[in-house]
Amino acid sequence: MTILKTSVAKKVAMAISGLFLVLFLLLHLAINMSLIYPGKETFEASVEFMATNPFIQIMQPILALGFIFHIAMGIYLEWQNRGKRSIKYVKNKANVSSSWASRNMIWTGLFVLFFLAVHLYNYFIPFKTQANPDHYALVTGLFKDPVYTLLYIIAFVLLGIHLSHGFQSAFQSLGTPREKCHKFLVCCGNIFAFVVAIGFSAIAVYFYFN
Amino acid sequence: MKLNLKIWRQPGPNAKGRMVNYQIDGVESDMSFLEMLDLLNENLIAKGEEPVAFDHDCREGICGMCSLFINGEAHGPDRLTTTCQLHMRKFKDGDTIVIEPWRANAFPVIKDLVVDRSALDRIQQAGGYISVNTSGRPVDANTIPIPKKNADMAFDAATCIGCGACVATCKNASAMLFVSAKVAQYALLPQGRIEAAKRVQDMVAAMDAEGFGSCTNTGACEVQCPKGISLTNIAILNKEFLLAQSK
Repeated sequence: MTILKTSVAKKVAMAISGLFLVLFLLLHLAINMSLIYPGKETFEASVEFMATNPFIQIMQPILALGFIFHIAMGIYLEWQNRGKRSIKYVKNKANVSSSWASRNMIWTGLFVLFFLAVHLYNYFIPFKTQANPDHYALVTGLFKDPVYTLLYIIAFVLLGIHLSHGFQSAFQSLGTPREKCHKFLVCCGNIFAFVVAIGFSAIAVYFYFN
Repeated sequence: MKLNLKIWRQPGPNAKGRMVNYQIDGVESDMSFLEMLDLLNENLIAKGEEPVAFDHDCREGICGMCSLFINGEAHGPDRLTTTCQLHMRKFKDGDTIVIEPWRANAFPVIKDLVVDRSALDRIQQAGGYISVNTSGRPVDANTIPIPKKNADMAFDAATCIGCGACVATCKNASAMLFVSAKVAQYALLPQGRIEAAKRVQDMVAAMDAEGFGSCTNTGACEVQCPKGISLTNIAILNKEFLLAQSK
């Protein structure tokens, strides 16, 4: 781990792992969209593809490692950074110079982590352990529970907020030429964050009412 | 103008500090913020009390000595303005002004509002220079062609006065804006390229060793910097750091 000994290297690693998870989110959203359109058959075919495709089988443990690394390093950096100012300001107008999203990445991230645990318990484990699970019924059935649906929506809105800062921040950490790309990357990040938050939430709301 | 001041008082580096309330009368709108503190100190001395210690030097906004976290912002509410160039016309009669020293473990308080910013000097010494022979026949700087854009960006980076407002305002007490300005000002010029890889690694290592936090790209430093040092410099540092790893 000597390659990660400097603060800048740790941020680069956070950026790479974060962007890797962004790719996964896109794939996940596309599969979830198939719940509504084209419908059950395509969704079941997607689940079958995810369960059997050799490339996906290779990527699954890498994805798990990506999650674990991003979460563990994020918590470690936050813990380390908190120790850099032992005496706090009596008055600090942090909101005039930085966004809420950028200052609260740890809290939005931790809530998403909590949701991830619930999500794995509700879907991933039954998918893997049940003999012949009805994936479609399992997924859509849970959205009949208002508490679960609300938790789901809150998690994805917070994930959207996390991404609104994280996306462009990752490119900054990787040293993309800011004067050329910053506005474009902020725009892409905000669109992506909006699509993730609204996309996942809309599916949940659709199945709650239908 | 009559003001209520809440000022951090701390007799020495290891002494316990606290916020102390002061009332001050006769403040004029044309006074600078430091002149207002001078007036307060004159009043305190007349009463036989210890004056408030604060850093200052040129009072023209170019030396980087003045600091102060004023009403929750580094160098106060004005943008692109050092504390010495902040004027009392920005405040109203009866206002309460909270004045604190820069807060970062890497900037320990020496007395009252004065902090030790020598950590920034040590980072500079780790690589913020170019090695050239200065004796013999000097070569005219204009004999080396430099693209206008690079010259402008290097000059903008070089306007950093090393006041530490970036550290003070960053939620992680990170010195990345300062370090990146010092890295970029050389990295953008041909004379600085020779030692570029070693410079960025040494300065980042020195920054970490001094106990500053890491950059999470909140952008607060750029907003509060009195010289408008851009986050572009941090992207340049990150790129230089990655390039240096491959060498």
